[in-house]
Amino acid sequence: MEEKDILIALREAFPGVVLETEMSFEIPVIRIRASALPAVAAFLKAEPRAFTMLLDATCVDFPDRPERFEMVYHLFSLAGNTRIRIKAGLPAELPEIGSLASLWKNANWLEREIFDMFGVRFSGHPDLRRLLMYDGFEGHPLRKDYPLRKRQPLFVKREAL
Amino acid sequence: MTTAFQAEARPESLLINMGPSHPAMHGTIRILLELDGEKILNADAEVGYLHRGFEKTCENRTWWNLLIYTDRLNYVSPLINNLGYALAVEKLCRLDVPERARWIRVLMSELSRISDHLTCLAAMAMETGAFTAFLYNMKAREYLWDVIEQTTGARMTTSYIRIGGVRADLHSDYEAAVRKGIEETRKVMKDVRGLLDKNPIFLGRTRDVAVMDKADAVSYGWTGPALRSTGIAYDVRKAHPYSNYDRLSFDIPTGDRGDNFDRYLVRMAEMEQSLRIIEQCLEPLRRARLEPAASSVRLLEPVEAIKAGRTSPPAAPVRLSPNLEGAERRVLPEIQTADPRYALPAKEAAYGTIEGLIGHFQYFMKGHGLRPPAGEAYAAVEGGNGELGFYLVSDGSDRPYRLHLRAPCLHVVSALTGLIKGRLLADIIPTFGSMNMIGGELDR
Repeated sequence: MEEKDILIALREAFPGVVLETEMSFEIPVIRIRASALPAVAAFLKAEPRAFTMLLDATCVDFPDRPERFEMVYHLFSLAGNTRIRIKAGLPAELPEIGSLASLWKNANWLEREIFDMFGVRFSGHPDLRRLLMYDGFEGHPLRKDYPLRKRQPLFVKREAL
Repeated sequence: MTTAFQAEARPESLLINMGPSHPAMHGTIRILLELDGEKILNADAEVGYLHRGFEKTCENRTWWNLLIYTDRLNYVSPLINNLGYALAVEKLCRLDVPERARWIRVLMSELSRISDHLTCLAAMAMETGAFTAFLYNMKAREYLWDVIEQTTGARMTTSYIRIGGVRADLHSDYEAAVRKGIEETRKVMKDVRGLLDKNPIFLGRTRDVAVMDKADAVSYGWTGPALRSTGIAYDVRKAHPYSNYDRLSFDIPTGDRGDNFDRYLVRMAEMEQSLRIIEQCLEPLRRARLEPAASSVRLLEPVEAIKAGRTSPPAAPVRLSPNLEGAERRVLPEIQTADPRYALPAKEAAYGTIEGLIGHFQYFMKGHGLRPPAGEAYAAVEGGNGELGFYLVSDGSDRPYRLHLRAPCLHVVSALTGLIKGRLLADIIPTFGSMNMIGGELDR
């Protein structure tokens, strides 16, 4: 399916959800309302759009924007050989977005990493815990307000038996 | 503290840790296992032991500086990481790279890919008991790394592929070294195939072990040899060609079962294709010999050139440090972009003229130098493990606002526990080996 047709279909199926679209170096970028993410993702994954692969998911922290956390998802269609980028903004207070773990299996780890690094929560995630950092680590290191050289004890002190 | 994993386990099960320090856990990963005898009832993988804060560090380094950190991602094929990063920045800057540099990039990528596959298969074979195959593969890798070392000056931390081109031209003797490397690699591959392809021990531990079907592989975001072993012929080099890959002829080998043995076969077949690509690169890289620097002229030492340059451009050429071999002014136009916003000025100019010196300082001064326009870009290359993608966000300053790496082996390893559940303890070793987990890339 052409990018244009995908957009038209998306706007028809979800009126008011698509906020903005643009092209970024041959990749169509669609900014949507965060609440609609799982539904939009499921729509794009289904035939005939067939974006069967969740290529990547990440987050960008913009502390000065009202929607501080920008979620960035890259989907890929093997059949059409096209990539698409979906973005959704989340507020600074209690950022939360629907999990895609039921749609793609790798979303489990990707979302755990985003939770770990940015503190974004994913509703419906089966096992939301840190991925790269350890239990007992405080804060979310990729947030812009986390100092670069901040040190934390690597081991949590064990309580006396 | 009892973890959820421990709490869920049956009281009569044996719980063991495999890793993080275990000879077969390449790098460091911890696999928690719930065992009934040798049967794995439940498993959980814990990654992050090699987390260095790569992305955070990059946000605090200049676009130029952070290149060295990309070497340390997949440290077996650092040149491909360099290329992925350089391509992403070039996309953001809408920068064109000279033809010769593009061919060098292809050549270096393929040398790295072969060494990556050789290392993966060597470790996988060794862990299943075939030590000879390990030694043979390492031998072939040495010949390839000789080529890389000759030109880049380093074996692993190369930092050779730069934004806008490559650091230096190929070494004058590189072609002989490449031919030797190709010949030795072919020999080794023939020997290893002879040792492993029909080896009942190897087959027993890999054939029909950890079978991945197509749908699951896609759902896990698998790319690279792991995805192709299931029969899906997706390769970034063909699907989204970069550098000069669209002008080369090569095949994409695929498997049909998606088991450990297929992952081995696909990597073996891919190495053959990479050798084919390297052979095709030699012709366009050949050229009429460059005018050798006149030997009768006495070269100026840098300090003399700087002194002379205070009044007028120095009359004689400058003697450059041997470290800069291949990056002389006469070869730069062929291997680096000419755009002064993104390319480092020639060293001769920096030593000999005030304009060159200013250009050099400006390039490295805080807040100046390489500043891509504000925006975002995603660029991907075919790494040793699959689609290696860089997602960059620039705010127009001299350091990235956000740099995210799509690490192919994160997606592959995330499927590990699903593949080993219900199987035997010993199946972990070849399964994990065939995934080619690289800690530097996975944990970032």
